[in-house]
Amino acid sequence: MDQSPGRSPRMLAALSMTLVALWVLVAAFPFLWTLWGSFKVQADFFSMANWRNALWGTQTMAETGARFTGAGYYGAWVEQAFWRSALNTGIVVVFTVIISLTFGTLGGYALARSGHRYAFWLLMLALVFRAMPHITLVSGYLLPFFAWNLWGHLGTAVIVLVAINQPFTLWMLHSFFLNIPKDLDESAMVDGCTRMQAFRHVIVPVMWPGVITTGLFSFLLAYNDFTVTALLLSQHNQTMIPKIASFLGSTQVEGKVMYAVAAVVSATAPLFVLILFFQRQIVSGLTAGAVKG
Amino acid sequence: MKHRTFFWFILPSLSAMVLFIALPIVSVLIQSVFVAPSQVLVTTQSCGPFGCTETTTVDAAATAKAAEAHPLGRFNGLGTYLDRAHLATAEVAQAWHDSPTLGAFVRALMTLPFYSALAFTLTYTFAVTPVALLLGLAVALAVNALPRAIRGPTIFVSLLPMIVTPLIGSLILFWMIDARGIIGATLQWLLNDPGLSLKASPALTWLTLILYGIWQQAPFAFIVFYAGLQTVPHETLEAAMVDGASRWERVRYVVVPHLAPLIVFVALIELMDNFRVFEPIVGFSAEASATSLSYAIYSDLSGEVPRFGSAAATSILTVIGVAILLAPVLVRTWRDFNRKVV
Repeated sequence: MDQSPGRSPRMLAALSMTLVALWVLVAAFPFLWTLWGSFKVQADFFSMANWRNALWGTQTMAETGARFTGAGYYGAWVEQAFWRSALNTGIVVVFTVIISLTFGTLGGYALARSGHRYAFWLLMLALVFRAMPHITLVSGYLLPFFAWNLWGHLGTAVIVLVAINQPFTLWMLHSFFLNIPKDLDESAMVDGCTRMQAFRHVIVPVMWPGVITTGLFSFLLAYNDFTVTALLLSQHNQTMIPKIASFLGSTQVEGKVMYAVAAVVSATAPLFVLILFFQRQIVSGLTAGAVKG
Repeated sequence: MKHRTFFWFILPSLSAMVLFIALPIVSVLIQSVFVAPSQVLVTTQSCGPFGCTETTTVDAAATAKAAEAHPLGRFNGLGTYLDRAHLATAEVAQAWHDSPTLGAFVRALMTLPFYSALAFTLTYTFAVTPVALLLGLAVALAVNALPRAIRGPTIFVSLLPMIVTPLIGSLILFWMIDARGIIGATLQWLLNDPGLSLKASPALTWLTLILYGIWQQAPFAFIVFYAGLQTVPHETLEAAMVDGASRWERVRYVVVPHLAPLIVFVALIELMDNFRVFEPIVGFSAEASATSLSYAIYSDLSGEVPRFGSAAATSILTVIGVAILLAPVLVRTWRDFNRKVV
C-alpha cells in the first residue's frame, strides 16, 4: 500500500483526505466544544437564541463581566466537593494498578512458561470471564457484601476491580512473556537458581515495557469504571465517574448543569495527558493481542 | 514448569478470579431462584373529626425478623424467570393467541420489559459492530494512503472517543444534541423544524445511541487495522499489480484476506463490549425509550428497594446470551488446540 503519492490517482487521494479530515473532526470536535463551553455560563453553552453565543460568550459577558468564567469549576470542585471524588479515584486507581500488575505478572509468567494442558484451559477460562458483563457480577456481590459489611469501602472496590481486570492482564502479560526467550530464565536455573530467583533476577529487569503497557490498561479500567464504583461505594467514598452521574439528578437547577460539564472536562484532562505521553504504548497494547492471536 | 511452582505463581490471580468472578456467578444463580422476603405491612385506622383514614406502614421489626429467618427469602424455583419482568411466558402465550398478525404479536412483545431490552441490546450490538468495523477499515485504508506526518495526530485524536469512559463520552454528545445544544439546534435549523428533539421519539433515541456506539467503537477497529496494514507483504501487492489488479481488487483480494484474523478478533471484542451496553443509556437519559439487559439489572439494583432476585434472573439470562455469542469462538479454539496437540 505504500506507494509514492505521484502514482496514486488524485481522486483517491482527495477522497482519503476528506474521509480522514471528517473523521478527525467527528472524533475531536465534541471534546474541544465541551472544553470551550465549560468556561461559559449555561445560557451560552445551551443557547436558546443562537449557538454562536457559546463562541463569543455573549451571556457570559453579560452575567459575569468577562468572556470566560470558572464558575462551573468552582461549583463542582469546591461547592460539590468533587475534590474528594478525585482523591478517591486516585486511591482506587493506584492500588488497583499495583495489585493487578503484581498478580498478573506472576500469573502471566507461569502461564507463559507452563506447557501443560491446564495452562491453556486457564487462559480459555479467563477469556470467558472477560466476556462477563460487569453488572451481572455486581448483582452477585451486593447481597453478600451487605451481609458481611463489606459494602461501601474503597478497599472492596479495589479488590473487585483487580479481579475483574485479571483476565485481560493475564492475557496481555502471558503473550508478552512468551516473547522473552525461555533460555534466559532456564539458564539461570541451570546455574542453580530456583524458579522464583530466576524470575526475580532475570525476568523482572527485562519485563518493564510489557508491564507498563499492561498497567496503562489497568489504569484505564479502574479510572473509567462506573458500574462497580456506582453500586459498591457509599456516598462519601464515591469516585469521579459516579459523582458526575449523580450531578445529573440536579441539572434542572440553573447553573448546576455547568458543574457537570466542568467535572466532565476535569475527568477527561488526565486521559488527554495520558494519551499525549503514552500513545505509542497504548497503540502497541491494543494491537499486541490482535497481531499475535 | 513444575505443577507446584505453577500453582504458587498462579494462586493470587486465580483466587481473585474465583472469589470475585466465579463465586458471584454462583451467588447470582442462587439469588435468582429466591424472592426477597416481602415487607410486613401494618394497616392502621385513625379516626378524626373529618372521618377515618387508613394508613399502611411497614412494620420494620417484623420485616427484619422475617429477613433474619430466611436471609434469601422464599424459594421460588424458576418463578422469577417466568414472571412478567423476565421471560413472561404467560404474557407471550396470551399475545400469541390474541394477535391476528405477526406485526401485532411483535408489538405486544415490545411492551414486555425483557423483550424490549433484548431487542435493543441485539439491535445495538448487530448495528454498531459491522458499521464500526467498516468505518474503522475505511479510515485505516485512507490514513495509510496519506503522508506519514498526518498519521500520528490522526491516531492521537482517534484514541479520545475510545479511551474516555462511555458515560462521559455519551454525556458530551448528549449536551450537544440537546435542543439548545449545537448539534440539536443546527438540526432544527437544517430541517426547519423548531420542535425537533432527538430525545423525544424512541426511533431517534435508538438511532442516537447507535451513532454514539459507532463513534466510540470505530477507533479500536481503526487502530488495529492500521497496525495490520503495516504488515501486508509488499511482494504480494506488487505481484497483484503486475497481474493488472485494480486498486479495489488489490484491497479485496490481498489486503482484506491478510487482515481476516484481525477482523475476527476485533469483531469478537466489539460484540462482547456492545452486548453489555449500559452506560450510554445512563448518559443519554434514554431509559424511557431504550433499555438494555445490563440497564435492566442496574435499575433493579439501584432502586430504593433493590430487587435482587429480579436482577439475578436477568443476569443469568444475560450470561446465557454471552455464552451463545462466545460459543462459536470457543469451539473453534478448542478444535485448533486439539489439532495442535495431536
